[in-house]
Amino acid sequence: MDEKKIRGLIADVEAGRLTRRVFVQTMVGLGLTAPLAAQMLGAAGAAHAQAPKLTYKPTKRGGGGALKTLWWQGATLLNPHFAVGTKDQDGSRIFYEPLASWDPDGNLAPILAAEIPSVQNGSVSKDGKSVTWKLKKGVTWHDGKPFTADDCVFTWEYCADPATASVSIGTYKDIKVDKIDSHTIKVTFAKPTPFWADPFVGVRGMIIPKHLFEAFKGGKSREAPTNLKPVGTGPYKFVDFKPGDIVLGALNPSYHMPNRPYFDTIEMKGGGDAVSAARAVIQTGEFDYAWNMQVEDEILKRMEQGGKGRADIVAGGNIEHIQCNFTDPAKEVDGERSSIKTTHPVLSDPAVRQALNVLVDRNSVQEQIYGRTGIATANFLNEPKRFASKATKFEFNVDKANQILEAAGWKKGSDGIRAKDGKKLKFVYQTSINSPRQKNQAIVKQAAAKAGIEMEIKSITASVYFSSDMANPDTYGHFSTDLQMYTTTMTQPDPELFMNQFTSWEVASKANKFQGRNITRWRNEEYDKLYRAAESELDPVKRAALFIKMNEMVIQNVVVIPVVFRPRVAAVSNKLRIEQSGWDSDFWNLQNWYREA
Amino acid sequence: MGGARSPPWNILAKYALRRLLIVIPVLLGISLVLFTILALAPGDPFEELATNPNVPPEVRMNLRAKFGLDDPLPIRYARWAGAMMKGDWGFSFVSRVDVDTLILQRLPTTLVVIGSAQILAILIALPIGTYSALKPYSIFDQAATTLAFIGFSLPTFFTGLLLILLFSVRLDWLPFIYRADIAGSGWPWLWEHVKQAIMPVAVLGLFQGASLTRFMRSAVLEVIRLDYVNTARAKGLSEKATIVKHVVRNALIPVVTLLALQVPAVFGGAIITEQIFRVPGIGSLLISSILANDTPVVMAITFVLSALVVLSNLAADLVYGWLDPRISYR
Amino acid sequence: MATVAESLAFEAAPRTSLLRETLRRFLKHRLAVFGAVVLAILVLGVVAGPYVYRVPIDEIDFKAKLKAPSWAHPLGTDDLGQDVLARMLYGGRISLAVGVMSMLIAMTVGVLIGATAGFAGGAADNALMRVTDLFLCLPGLPLLLLLVYLFRESLKKALGPEAGVFILVVLVIGGLRWMSVARLVRAQFLSLREKEFVEAARGLGAPALRQVRRHILPNAMGPVIVAATIDVAAAIIAESTLSFLGLGFPPDIPSWGRILYDAKDNLDFAPHWAIAPGTAIFLTVLSINYIGDGLRDAFDPRKVFGHN
Repeated sequence: MDEKKIRGLIADVEAGRLTRRVFVQTMVGLGLTAPLAAQMLGAAGAAHAQAPKLTYKPTKRGGGGALKTLWWQGATLLNPHFAVGTKDQDGSRIFYEPLASWDPDGNLAPILAAEIPSVQNGSVSKDGKSVTWKLKKGVTWHDGKPFTADDCVFTWEYCADPATASVSIGTYKDIKVDKIDSHTIKVTFAKPTPFWADPFVGVRGMIIPKHLFEAFKGGKSREAPTNLKPVGTGPYKFVDFKPGDIVLGALNPSYHMPNRPYFDTIEMKGGGDAVSAARAVIQTGEFDYAWNMQVEDEILKRMEQGGKGRADIVAGGNIEHIQCNFTDPAKEVDGERSSIKTTHPVLSDPAVRQALNVLVDRNSVQEQIYGRTGIATANFLNEPKRFASKATKFEFNVDKANQILEAAGWKKGSDGIRAKDGKKLKFVYQTSINSPRQKNQAIVKQAAAKAGIEMEIKSITASVYFSSDMANPDTYGHFSTDLQMYTTTMTQPDPELFMNQFTSWEVASKANKFQGRNITRWRNEEYDKLYRAAESELDPVKRAALFIKMNEMVIQNVVVIPVVFRPRVAAVSNKLRIEQSGWDSDFWNLQNWYREA
Repeated sequence: MGGARSPPWNILAKYALRRLLIVIPVLLGISLVLFTILALAPGDPFEELATNPNVPPEVRMNLRAKFGLDDPLPIRYARWAGAMMKGDWGFSFVSRVDVDTLILQRLPTTLVVIGSAQILAILIALPIGTYSALKPYSIFDQAATTLAFIGFSLPTFFTGLLLILLFSVRLDWLPFIYRADIAGSGWPWLWEHVKQAIMPVAVLGLFQGASLTRFMRSAVLEVIRLDYVNTARAKGLSEKATIVKHVVRNALIPVVTLLALQVPAVFGGAIITEQIFRVPGIGSLLISSILANDTPVVMAITFVLSALVVLSNLAADLVYGWLDPRISYR
Repeated sequence: MATVAESLAFEAAPRTSLLRETLRRFLKHRLAVFGAVVLAILVLGVVAGPYVYRVPIDEIDFKAKLKAPSWAHPLGTDDLGQDVLARMLYGGRISLAVGVMSMLIAMTVGVLIGATAGFAGGAADNALMRVTDLFLCLPGLPLLLLLVYLFRESLKKALGPEAGVFILVVLVIGGLRWMSVARLVRAQFLSLREKEFVEAARGLGAPALRQVRRHILPNAMGPVIVAATIDVAAAIIAESTLSFLGLGFPPDIPSWGRILYDAKDNLDFAPHWAIAPGTAIFLTVLSINYIGDGLRDAFDPRKVFGHN
């Protein structure tokens, strides 16, 4: 497609003959990245002619009654920069807003920004070292004070100060933020940064008011009364908060978007479990929305029959996968199991890993356990689509596994278990305690037995398994077994941070208190090189190609066996109109939520 | 007290005083054990940060240092005990709120819901248990027995769900999500509160009531079998007076023991029932704090529970003396 | 059944010995016999059942999932199409063994401590009751996590995975459930110690142990039997809770508590899945209670010696 045709398409978008979405998809089909495609529209002036999936119909503010939402883990605090989990980010997002949010396709949607920066409009520098944001004018905090560039600069200072102990520090510590004028800021990076849209965007980008937090920066941060009584710019004003139980808000009459919000009050109730949350929305209609439906699809589907709600599913990057341990969990070196100084006696044989790869019946796992909530995949990196490899595939084939093992010299013993040089194909396979995971283990164990591999199943309570306790060998970071399975989350629509878990400098070890993100302890020089290249590659297309290549290396070497990627699932009342995004808080566009009559 | 010998009040008072004096060292000892268990138990309050790739490990190290988690155990205990003496209950790692605020927010709901459940349990157990024992193996007794056994054979997570499916999903009569913050006033407001409390109170009350009924029945049976009831009958007291005076009073000893054991639960809540119905009680605060390794909150709640255990058992020991004046305090 | 024949034999030659007398009295207690028969069937089922009913417990068959009881699957199937009856029989061994063993531990410890405290009184009573208070105060979940963390690997190494886990589970459940029994027994002892018939025995010079065994303990057994039956039920459920904490048996071992828990989210669609374990636990508890009642009556010395 030549430039002229593209310009024609852009004109179509502007005239409304073509949706922005279709345009972006067409461009992505040509190998362009979505942000780049979006930038093309932006350059041509079509950026705000968006046609989102969700069209906001109400013509006046308020009058929608109460919006009742259910989080099976209640928010425990309401300062976004202290958020321990997504529940806290979501609770905070009711009141606070970032400059922009991530939409379902991984594109930026302006919230407090007047426009989305781009290379085309000159607000993103060509060397990738700075970005200039224009802020929306006329926005006020809930207490009536104006929102200005000073608040953004302060948010940066607040988060970057190590004494504040903010969880957003990683986003802000290596940047500099300058006020250009009352409604313009410039973010400067230490090195060329292809992914510039992290500060002031999404869940870590929520801006806090300088006039209320100024006295509580650094060491005194925990004393701020506003930690418990947020004052933001969001569609709802703070009413009440009981940690772990309930967050209550009421319509903000001076909200900066017209006719919004629709609801008069909002309630975010916490506690309980996912299944009963689904019941409250889908079966009884007691609530309008429930977060994070980690419920078997079978159960969701049965509830949906004749119910009052449905499961709303949107793609995200989270991947349930099985990891192969490349080090020896049985040998202790300097008081450390799975030490990098060892190699796994059996799993270091590529044939064994190849055999395991065809013994995981992903289609059954999807069909029988996860349904719409876990899609079988060959890739570790699945979303956004522009980063997903099309060259990989998976199969389930017990005969093939037997052939591979036979050919590699693993012979069946009298007990039916294959062995070679006195080493048996016996693995300990661990995961957290979670019903779908135990079923998944059962499916894999049964298939492995047919190929002469014995698996001992181990499951550890989640609060221990996912802890960062140095002394406990049962955490996923210690990886004291041969195989393990869990979901790695991808928190932003860019794979840079996500793919660092296979780099050699991230290997988890005693020295780094098992905080390294490379849990399999697989090391590969070529992978490291590709990763380094991607970190500074400013051409979005080339950069995407690098990540695709990295993913393929991981798959071909069977470092991990991806099982299913997990879209985000929420339970939504049939009358409620919302739009989920896999890349941001559930409340990323809360201002647009409304109820159909 | 009829003609029964009663312990001279000064002996009882002396006994109570002696017991009260050792309450403080006992509680200190218990708190030391609790603190040690919590400190040694695996887990880290900032573990969710560890799995988040956007949070560099330094942030967590920094937070740990800030909350003094890396100090040696004796120092941490001394700091906790010292603060507690001054009335400072500590500061939640997870919510970044004072612990006493958190507990006080949950207390009214807990007392109302769990307290009603306990009262329901007693109201069921005392009459049914007594009547069952007076007519052992009658149809009434057999029916009560069967129901009681079903009652405690099925765990509350199961009966709770059963009620939800019946009354919320099928019949749509009752809400199953408990909201402590219902707005409004007057009768409609009260009715909303009663409606949402029915199922949690019933589940817990029936579960407790089932076992209490069995205890009551066996206690009454036991006393009836004792010779002195016959003696009392022989002395010519009317049947009714015999039952009330001797049987029930003596039978109340195990019941009082059990009730004393339940008092801490009224404060501590019922973890599973609270979880099922999302009752914002202390039980759910405790379990979520344990799961989040929020040690200051766990420590505060378990410590209050310990104090209640010690004091309610002390109270039970004193009540024994009133129920059966022959019990001597040595 | 041999027992019936024997009981008939007793009728023919009565009162040959105290033990036989006791047995005869137990057998006269119709509900106790009923309890014993039910429990025997359950035990026989879980011990011999898997050898007779040879359907595998972990054969996954997605085509047959959540099927109601049928000839192929007498108790239906679960959500992986696994046969519920086979799983009940297999998992029942663990549930029954854990339930009964931890109950016995809790009762033994509780009765010993309660009886000693209640009979001795004074300093011994005070010390033992403060220990009881301490145990009542222990926070269950963190303590369990700590125990798993400290002892699981070493016990596994010392005793092998199955026996090690079994002992740990039984000790943990029993070790955390004896306190209410101790308090109940002590309270009974405090009161019974001063009753006329005990005073009479004391006056006649009966040694302390005989006073306890003959006169006090039998009369204090009522609450113990009730506590024991409740504990069996609680232990069966607690075992499944422990497996969630990674302390119990691996979660793929289908103990009754585990099956009940797994079944709960499908209760509205596949009730058969939950009815099986629920009924099994109910029958176990019921039969143990009746047996307990029967034993208490049978061993009651005052009855033997013609009182009342």
